[in-house]
Amino acid sequence: MTIVNFTPLESLSGGLLIGLASTIFLLTTGRIAGISGILKGIFTSKTNDDRLVRFLFILGLVAGGFIYNLTSSNPINAHAITEINPKLIFGAIFVGIGTALGNGCTSGHGICGLSRKSKRSIVATILFMLAGFITVYFAN
Amino acid sequence: MKKLYSLLSGLIFGLGLGLSGMMSPEKVKGFLDITRNWDPSLGLVMGGALLVTFVSFPLVLKKKAPVCENSFQLPTKKDLDLQVIIGPVFFGIGWGLIGLCPGPAIANLATGATGVIVFFIVMTIAMFLTDLTRNKLLN
Repeated sequence: MTIVNFTPLESLSGGLLIGLASTIFLLTTGRIAGISGILKGIFTSKTNDDRLVRFLFILGLVAGGFIYNLTSSNPINAHAITEINPKLIFGAIFVGIGTALGNGCTSGHGICGLSRKSKRSIVATILFMLAGFITVYFAN
Repeated sequence: MKKLYSLLSGLIFGLGLGLSGMMSPEKVKGFLDITRNWDPSLGLVMGGALLVTFVSFPLVLKKKAPVCENSFQLPTKKDLDLQVIIGPVFFGIGWGLIGLCPGPAIANLATGATGVIVFFIVMTIAMFLTDLTRNKLLN
């Protein structure tokens, strides 16, 4: 194993911001900042008020990504890295089914759930990490 | 105010995803490539976030209610079941294949990249259909 492209300062600061955002969201709206759950709730929620709260979070997320790319000296070049092929569709279907079935993704289980010391989230986080490591090992 | 806080939370979250490198599928795959050329950065993203939330969540949840609502909306399921085993395994496979999980996929929509938009739409439909089917089967 060799260590490559390590960006400790940026990644740690970004992580702190994500933790701050999740804290503000829980403190003010009382909701868990799990992205898959927030997205799903836009379609499945029973009240318009809840749908709007969720939609605005997602809108903020897009705006945050946009502002980062606009102001950063090192913007994300998503055009170069994702071409439309069967692998992309397959991956998207797996992420969709998996996060819906497991009721959470990296944020909901990996950050919020672990902080609540939820048994389900601990198991989920270990499993998606392991599945990710194994997939990259065989797919690359 | 609740709506403004929600927008603000999403905005800070998105900035965090960008700054951390999590928005880059190549960086995510670099983190998952642990046996070869490993980029450990994303461990620090999760570490940084947990550093805050491990302290803040228990403190916030000690309050009787959040600032803008009458009660907290927390997950109700406590026990392990087959869904919370199979789901994350499926998710991890898709994550490893493309290097996108739901948060970065959404934050990346602003780039207008067709691949990301297609990923987002297919992912959302798959999520919705899975939930619909599950609710039909369980009720």
